[in-house]
Order: sequence, then structure tokens, then C-alpha cells
Amino acid sequence: MCCPGCKAVAQAIVDNGLSNFYQFRTEKSPNPQQSMDDVLETLSLYDKPELQKDFVKMQSGQLRQASLILEGIVCAACVWLNERHVMSLPGVVEFRINYSTRRATVKWDEGKIHLSDILKAITSIGYVAHPFDPGRQETIQKQERSQALRRLAVAGLGAMQVMMLAVAMYAGESQGMEADLRHFMRWVSLVITLPVVLYSAGVFFKSAWRDLKHRQLGMDVPVSLAIGAAFLASIWATWFDTGAVYFDSVTMFTFFLLSGRYLEMMARHRAGQAAEELVRLLPVTATRVTDGVDEVVSAAELLVEDIVRIKPGETVPADGVIIEGRSSVDESLLTGESMPVSRLPGSELVGGSVNVESPVLMRIDKVGEDTVLSSIVRLLDRAQTEKPKLAQVADRVAGWFVGIILIIAFGVAAYWWQHVPEDAFWITLSVLVVTCPCALSLATPAALVAATGQLTRKGLLITRGHALETLAKATHVIFDKTGTLTHGRLQLQQIINLDGSTDDELLNIAAAVETGSEHPIARAIIEAANEQKMAADAHAKTGKGIEATVDGKRYRVGKAEFVSELCGKPIGHDWLEQEQTVIALGDENRVRGLFVLSDVVRENARDAVAAIKQSGLSVTLLSGDHKAVVDAVASRLGIERARASMLPEQKLQYIQGLQEKGEIVVMVGDGVNDAPVLAAAQVSIAMGEGSQIAHASADMVLLSEQLPHIVDGIKMSHRTLVIIKQNLAWALLYNMVALPLAASGMIAPWMAAIGMSLSSLIVVVNALRLTRG
Amino acid sequence: MTILYLLIPIGILFLGAAIWLFIWTVRSGQYEDLEGPAHRILMDDDDPKIPGNEKQDGQQED
Repeated sequence: MCCPGCKAVAQAIVDNGLSNFYQFRTEKSPNPQQSMDDVLETLSLYDKPELQKDFVKMQSGQLRQASLILEGIVCAACVWLNERHVMSLPGVVEFRINYSTRRATVKWDEGKIHLSDILKAITSIGYVAHPFDPGRQETIQKQERSQALRRLAVAGLGAMQVMMLAVAMYAGESQGMEADLRHFMRWVSLVITLPVVLYSAGVFFKSAWRDLKHRQLGMDVPVSLAIGAAFLASIWATWFDTGAVYFDSVTMFTFFLLSGRYLEMMARHRAGQAAEELVRLLPVTATRVTDGVDEVVSAAELLVEDIVRIKPGETVPADGVIIEGRSSVDESLLTGESMPVSRLPGSELVGGSVNVESPVLMRIDKVGEDTVLSSIVRLLDRAQTEKPKLAQVADRVAGWFVGIILIIAFGVAAYWWQHVPEDAFWITLSVLVVTCPCALSLATPAALVAATGQLTRKGLLITRGHALETLAKATHVIFDKTGTLTHGRLQLQQIINLDGSTDDELLNIAAAVETGSEHPIARAIIEAANEQKMAADAHAKTGKGIEATVDGKRYRVGKAEFVSELCGKPIGHDWLEQEQTVIALGDENRVRGLFVLSDVVRENARDAVAAIKQSGLSVTLLSGDHKAVVDAVASRLGIERARASMLPEQKLQYIQGLQEKGEIVVMVGDGVNDAPVLAAAQVSIAMGEGSQIAHASADMVLLSEQLPHIVDGIKMSHRTLVIIKQNLAWALLYNMVALPLAASGMIAPWMAAIGMSLSSLIVVVNALRLTRG
Repeated sequence: MTILYLLIPIGILFLGAAIWLFIWTVRSGQYEDLEGPAHRILMDDDDPKIPGNEKQDGQQED
């Protein structure tokens, strides 16, 4: 016995009087040590320098650092176990797992331990670790995040200090304060504001400069102008000890704007992470067969015309054609369809799909950039860059507004310069400060950030800023079926026995025959069975079923024809004509029973559909599945419009047809086949369990998997739009009232600053109402 | 009120220290994983320091 576990199994077999198993079995069960050796062989490959150069960072001396993706981590205890175990290895300098991303960084001393030893150690406690290249984009994002945080800290801490001094100065204004002390406090405020303006507000200046170079007027132009002018005027006032200072407004304004941008950035990065992971669908290593000899190589080394062996459970490393063996492959990551498809010699395999049944040999046709997977990624990139038209429109409107403000400010300055030159600067500054579009530029983002935060807490993650605005205008919701309205996995619905034995009996036999198969039908049956019998001598026939011996009898489980072949009697039962998946169980004498399986509809899908219809939106179901199945689901959920057997292109055409009629389409989907369709819809929502590529192309990700949350999202989008309109109305009203007053010289700059802060505050408070209820 | 001329500069020194400390926490990656520390604090690594557990732990690591 190799371990207590195996001993326990053997003991259970003998105790239950099943020791015949050891007589009947024609092949020994695979020794865990053997399968382990295979894994270890792959792992030792990671020590090759040519493979390491992709993901290992050399540090001083013998120190090396790498990032790992850990599989099998489900809770904090797993993290603890891995950290303790790996840290106890001699030569490991650092090993830390990030709880949120389930990724680890390991630092080790190459002189004392090799990377493969660390990976083996992790494998030995039952987890799987793959090294990976964190990617350029991720490194950049990390830098962006830490820089934004530092900017925010400088602005926030600076604003607090300046505010404190400002309160003292305001109080001093009314209660009397020594002129020297006031002068000193102004200088101190200036010193504190300097890094806030130069470092924290630097982003605004940079982007304003970029806008100007492209002859555009973005929101950053007046923002920079206001910050810059107010700061310069304050310096001037401090230097000559005259007029008013606006250090408090400058720092607070910078801090508020930076906070909003930071939150926006975090949401964007979280969405981007999913897209990065997509590229890692392809395995790192592959088994290349040269002149009949197997050799494990890095997948990146594979060339066209190479022959690779793909074992069951392994991922296809590139696109190619099967030259030997037959199997079924799981392409759900690429197509979203839950059932594996059978592949014969001559059929094409797509890189990224998983081999399910038996080993095959494949000749590689396409590698790298030419593969289907890369082309989908490229398609997605393009769709993403083309999309934010609405954002562009908003920017253009803002540009006009900014242009008008600048012209007015210039006009005011010219007028006062001619009439009362000594007041001209202060009045112009008042105009600029009072009309500073802070309230206007905060109106939309503040509401969006509040709504986004509230929806994220409910499990609807918004990954693009425009999504909420567009969702509020939506007229049509389109659902995909598999994985969206349904769970996307088979469940046993009904057992029909044809020979009078009990349901449990049939189920247990079928489960025993199916043991060891990775096919979703097998998994559904094994899941449903309550007792585990032993089967021997199992043979799988690809696309047909499995034959095995249970309790000394030959059984077949699978398609009706395959099962009736064994006994030579046909199955005549109405169920076979039904839309659901039906498989049969039979022995050498007769067909004993049928199992009906179907993809289960999500519990609250019906309520969600009803609620969407109630809010006046049309609902359509588009699916690649057979008509009968689609119609059944549609009628159960109360969806009148359903289209079956749709290819991705047809779905795309359907959506474009609707869009030409002026409809605003919301697409809810989950698979990679939905990715182009998701990208084409004005608003796209991907399911949390869906493929990574669907996440990457979606505007929203439904992490909670609760369809009614889409309804919440639509309601929230309406409320958000109302709030945005209120905010914009308020900001415009404020500007319309304040502008003439300031232009006529009635408002002192310090009053303007208070007015500006107050108007922004009202906008923010109004937006915060979204977080309630 | 003359004391303010001393206290405010001291305040600025503190501000500088606070900013420097915050930047240090960002640089050392303490904001990369906001969930972990909440769990980590519950997982005692000080077993061997508790006299009774010393031997047990030594065996585990072998």
C-alpha cells in the first residue's frame, strides 16, 4: 500500500465483500506514484534556463524571483498551509500569497534550491503551481496604482493641513489676528500646497497640455487653469501680502478630483485583469513526439508541423489536426457550449480547448499570433478601442463649455482692464474660480462612482464608465441561453426504468460504469448516485458511451443505439424524441433504464425576465442550441421572442439589425462565442462564471450570478441618470447666477472660492444619495 | 501666540513624516492585498515558542 488513503479504500472494498474486484480486474489501478512521476517530469522542465527567461527575474547573486499562479486555493487555510510549507524549505527566501488574486511571489537562492523543488513541494501537499509571466500590462497597472495612491496621499494630507490653517485665518479675519502671524500662516500654506500642486495635480497639467497639443479642450484644461491661476494668484498675494489666498480651495479640489479618478481606475484594472488571464489559456509545456520519442518542451518552442501528444485532461497547446486517436474535447472556454465535442483523425483542434477522453496525436498547423485564440483577443482589442463614442460626445460638449468660459473670462478681463485696471486681475480670477467647472466636471463622475460602488456591493461589477448611462436608455435585452439563463451544466432530471428495478439501483450501476470519465454526463450521473460501486475493465467509445463490468456483468451506458447494440434489442420509448439529453443503461440481455438530463434553468431567471419586461424593455433569447431546447426554455421563462441555432455571426447580424432600427441593445452572455456579440451591443453584461474573454469584452460583469441584479442595475441606472441631470442642472444654474455677479465685480475671490467648494459639495452629497436604498 | 511660530513648523515636520511613511507603505506593496492581513493575524506562527508545542512543530517540518 502506498498510503493510508489507499489502505482505507482497500479495507472498504474487502469489508463490503467486494474483494472479487481484485480477481476480476484485468489491469492494475494506476499507482499514484506513476502519475506523480509524470507531473514531476514536467515540473523539472521549469529549471531550464531558456524556459525560465520568460518568467524568472534574476536578482543580485544567486537570488531569483518568480510569480506563480496557484490552483486549488479555496480559503485562507490553504494559503496558510502553502506559505508555511514552502517557507520551511531551505533556500526559499520569501514566499507570499496574495489572498485576493490567489497568486504568489517566490524568491529563492538558486545555489540552495531549484524552482522545480519548490513546485514539487507545493504539488506534494496537493496544490498545483504554475509559474507565469506577470505581463507588461500588469506591471504598468501596478505602477499606475501605486503612483495614484501616492498622489492621493500627498493631496489628502496637504489638504488637511492647509484647511486647518485656513480655518485659523478665516477666524482671524473676524476676530482680529496679528498681520505678521497671518503672513506667516500664508507662507506655511504655500509651502504645503507646493508639493500638492506640483506633484499631485501634475496629472491634470500633463493631460491638459496633451489636450491642447491635440487642439482639444477637455475638462482638464479649465481644471488646470483654475488650479494654476488660483495657486499663482495666492503666491502673488502671499509675496506682496495683499488680496486673498486660495490654498485651501486648491488642495481640496485636487484631492476630490484625484479620489474620483482613483476609484475609476481601480474598477478598470479589475476588469483588465481578466483579459490578461485569457492569454494563459494556453499551457506552458507540451509533449512533442519526435521519431516516436516523447519529449516535454516549452509550448512556446512548438513549430508548425510538429507532432504533439495530448493526454486526457491536458490543454491543446496550439491549433492543429488530429493524426491519431479519437477523443472528445471541451471547447467551452472558447464556444461557451457545455458539452464536449468528439474529434476524429483529420478533425481540427483549437488551442486552449481541453482534451477530455483519450490521448491523441496532433499535427500543429498554426502557432502564436495565427491561432484562433489570438485572433479572438485581437478582435476584442479592436472592439474595445472603438467603443466609447458616448464618452467622446460628452468630452466634446465639455470642450465647448470650457471654450465659452475662457472667452468670457478673457472678455471680462479686457473690459475691466480698460475701466478699472487695478481690479482687473482679481475680478478675472473670481470669474475663473467661480465658473471653474468643478461642480460640472464632478456632476457625472460623482454619481457614476456612487452608483458603481453600490452595484459592486450587490455583485454587478461595472467595468466601463459609459455603461450605466447607456443602460438607462436601453430598450431591448438579449439573453444567451447556456450558462446565462441556465447554469450551463447538466443535471439528472429523471430516471425511467424499463425493467422494474429501483431507480437507485440503476443509478448506482450507471455511476459505477461512468467512474473515471470526465464527460459532463458522467459527472452529472456520479453526482446524483448515492452509493459507489466498483467497475472494472472500462472502455470508452468516443461519442457513444462506456462499456464496463459491474458485479460480474457487462454493462453499457451511453447513446441508445450503442446500448441496444449490446443486447440486440431496440429501445422504443417516447423519451428519445424529446429535446433533453437522454442516455441509456443496458446489459447483455436488455435495456434497463433511461436517464434524462438537462441543463437547469437558474432559479430566479423567470422573475428577472418578468421584471425586465415590466420596466418596458423587450426581451429576446438568442442561442446556438437546437430549436426544441431553446423553445422549451423560452416558454418556461415567459420569453416570446426566441431564435435557435444561431451562429455568432448571425447573432451579430440580429443585434445590428435591431440597432439600425434605433434600439439600444443590452446583451447578457457568458462564452467566448458571445465575445464579438457582447462587444457589438451598446451595453454588455457577462456572467461571473463565464469565460474570461467574455469578461474582458463586457461593460459589466454579473459576479453574483443573480439575474435579478440586472434589474437592480437597470433601476439604478435610471436613478443615476436623474441624479446626473439634477447635478448638471444645479451646476449650470450656479454658474449662470455666479458668472454675472463675478463679472460685475460683486464677488470677491474668497467668496468665489467658497461658492465653488459649496457647489461641488452639493453635487457630491447629492450623488451619495445613490448609495442608499 | 509667538509659540505658533515654533509649533506650526513642527507640524509641517510631522506632515512630512506622515507622507513619507505613507509612501513607504505604498512602495512596500501593503495596498496590493487588502484581504490577507485580516486572515494572517489569526494564524499564529508562534507555535514553537509555546513551550509544550516545541517538539511537535519540529516533526511537522521534517
